[in-house]
Amino acid sequence: MTAPAMPVRPGEAPPDGTVRRWRGPAAFAAVFSAVAVLALVAAPLLLEPFRLGLLAKYLCYAIVALGIGLAWGQGGMLTLGQGVFFGLGGYAMGMYLKLNDAGGDLPDFMVWSGVEKLPALWKPFGNPVFALAMVVVLPVAVALLLGTLVFRQRVRGAYFAILTQALAAALVILLVGQQGLTGGTNGLTNFFDFFGHDVAADETQRGLYLLVAAVLGALYLGARQLVRSRFGRLLLAVRDGEDRVRFLGYDPATVKTLTFAVSAGMTGIAGALFVPVVGIISPALLGVVPSLELVVAVAVGGRFALAGAVLGAVVMGYARTYFSEELPDAWLYLQGALFVLVMTLAPRGIAGLAANLVRRREART
Amino acid sequence: MTEPLLEIRALEVAFGGFRALDGVDLTVGRGELRFLIGPNGAGKTTLIDVITGLTRPTEGSVRFEGHDLAGRREHEIVRLGVGRTFQTSVVFEELTVLENLDLAASFRRPLWSLLRRRRGVSEEVAAALETTGLAGLAGSRAGVLSHGQRQWLEIGMLIVQRPRLLLLDEPVAGMSSGERERTGELLTEVARDHTVVVVEHDMEFLRRYASQVTVLHEGRVLTEGSVEQVRADPRVQEIYLGRAREGAEDAVR
Repeated sequence: MTAPAMPVRPGEAPPDGTVRRWRGPAAFAAVFSAVAVLALVAAPLLLEPFRLGLLAKYLCYAIVALGIGLAWGQGGMLTLGQGVFFGLGGYAMGMYLKLNDAGGDLPDFMVWSGVEKLPALWKPFGNPVFALAMVVVLPVAVALLLGTLVFRQRVRGAYFAILTQALAAALVILLVGQQGLTGGTNGLTNFFDFFGHDVAADETQRGLYLLVAAVLGALYLGARQLVRSRFGRLLLAVRDGEDRVRFLGYDPATVKTLTFAVSAGMTGIAGALFVPVVGIISPALLGVVPSLELVVAVAVGGRFALAGAVLGAVVMGYARTYFSEELPDAWLYLQGALFVLVMTLAPRGIAGLAANLVRRREART
Repeated sequence: MTEPLLEIRALEVAFGGFRALDGVDLTVGRGELRFLIGPNGAGKTTLIDVITGLTRPTEGSVRFEGHDLAGRREHEIVRLGVGRTFQTSVVFEELTVLENLDLAASFRRPLWSLLRRRRGVSEEVAAALETTGLAGLAGSRAGVLSHGQRQWLEIGMLIVQRPRLLLLDEPVAGMSSGERERTGELLTEVARDHTVVVVEHDMEFLRRYASQVTVLHEGRVLTEGSVEQVRADPRVQEIYLGRAREGAEDAVR
C-alpha cells in the first residue's frame, strides 16, 4: 500500500469508525440488553422465592463482574482481589444492620465473644447514612490509595495481580483474627430488619431482587457510557500501550487509578446489596477463591464486553448451583477446565463468540 | 539574539560501564529542521530518549524553552511541548485512525471533560487527516494500516498535539521507496511550521530532505553543518565508508 487513500473533501465528516467497527458487538449488546431486561422483569413472576433469591445473589456477583470487566477487560488491570472491596461494602452494610437489630444493645456475636462495650470503630455505623456512604467511600478510598502507590511506580501485569490477591488474603486474616470486632470466621449474620422490612419475608426479598436488578442496570449503563467516552478510548489505549500513552501527554497512572476506584466502588455496592439478599457477610465470601471465581466468570462471559462480564457472572453462578446440586465434586474441576478452554480457544468468551455469529450473519446478507 | 529552543550541554549517559553519550552539546533553534545521523550505537536514539524523559542523564543539562527537562516525567515533558515518534511505530490498534488522532488531540483537556463522548471531528484532527493523507481511512482500525500508514498516523498524532519540538526517530526505516517519498513530503510540510529533529540512517533520504545535519559518533558530536559540508568531511566519510566496507548495514537500511 503505497498510495495514500482518497482524501475526504474538507468540511465533510469522515465516516465514524466507532459505529462500523463495533457493529457486531453492538448488535450483541442490544440483543443481550433486551433479553436481559425482559428476563429480569419476568423473573419475580416466574421464579419461586428460593430461586429468585439465588438470581438476586448472582446479580450481586454480576455487579462485581462489571467492575472486573471495566478494570481488566477495558483497563488491562487483572485484579484478583475484588473480594476486598466486596467485603468493605458488605461489612459496612452488615455493621449497620447488626446495630439496628441490636437496638442500642451490643450485637449478639459481641456478647458471645465477651465484648462489653461497643468498639469505637462500630459507633458511626449505627447511622444509616454514614454506613451507606461508607459502602462506596471505603472501597474507593482503598483503591485510590493502592492505585496511587502502585501505578505510579509502574507496577503492572502479574505483579499487580499478585498484589491484589495478597490484599484479599490479608483482609481475610484480619477479619478472622478479630473475633470480637468482626464476628471472626462466622462473619456478620442473623439479620432481622432491613430499613423497616423483615429481611426473611418473600416480599422483602422480591423488593431486594428488584433493587439489585435496578442497581445493576444503572451501573451497567454508567459503565457503558464510560467505555464509550473519550476516557474509555484512553483507557483502551492505556491497556494496549501504556508507555505510548505517556508520550501523548497523559499520565497512565491517573487513568488506571480512577478506573480501579470506579471498579472498587461498584464492587462495594455489590457487597452491600449481597448482605440483605443472602443474609450473611463472612471472610469466606471475600477471600482469594471467590475473587478468583469471578475473574473466571468474567473471562468465560467475555472480558472485553461489559455485557459479557455480566452474563458470565450469571451463567457461572447458575452452573455452580446446578453442579453443586448434581455433581458436587466435579464443579471445581469443571470450572478450571472451562477457564483453560476459554482462554485458549475463545479469549473473548461467550460475548466474542456471539459477536462472531452476528458478524457472520451480517456478512451473509 | 533569541534563546534557542533546545539547548543540550555536556550530556552524559552511562549504562553500567558503557557510555552511550559522552559529553554531547547540541543547540536547536526555532523553526529548524535538523537531521541527526551516525552509525549504529552512536547514541542517536539515546539522545532522544533523554530529551523525552525515557532515560535519565548521568551528567549534563537539557533545557527546552527555559525549562530544565532532566528528571521530569514523560507526560510532563510532552505537556511542555516536546513530541516524539518511535522507530517501531506504536499506534493503538484497537482504536480507529480517527480515534487515535482525537485521543492525541485531547491531551490538554481536563480529565473530567473526557467523560463525554466525542461528537464529530475537531478542526485540527480533520486537518491532520488531510495532511497525512489518511482521511479515507479515518474509520478503519489502526491495526489494519500498513507500516508506512502507521508512521504517518504517528506523525499526524504528533501534529495535532501542536508541539513546539518534534523528534522523529527513523521515520522511514523499513519503508518502500514510494512510502519514503510520501514521508519526505510530509516531513517538509510539517517542518514549515514546526521545529523538527529527525534521526535517520538513510543517506539517500538525507540527501533529499535534510538541510542542517549533526553527526554523532560513539556518544559524541563529530561534526555539524549543511549536508554538503558534512558529506565532504573526511571523518564522516571514514566512519560511514569504513562501515560500508565492513557490512554496508547503514547504507542498506
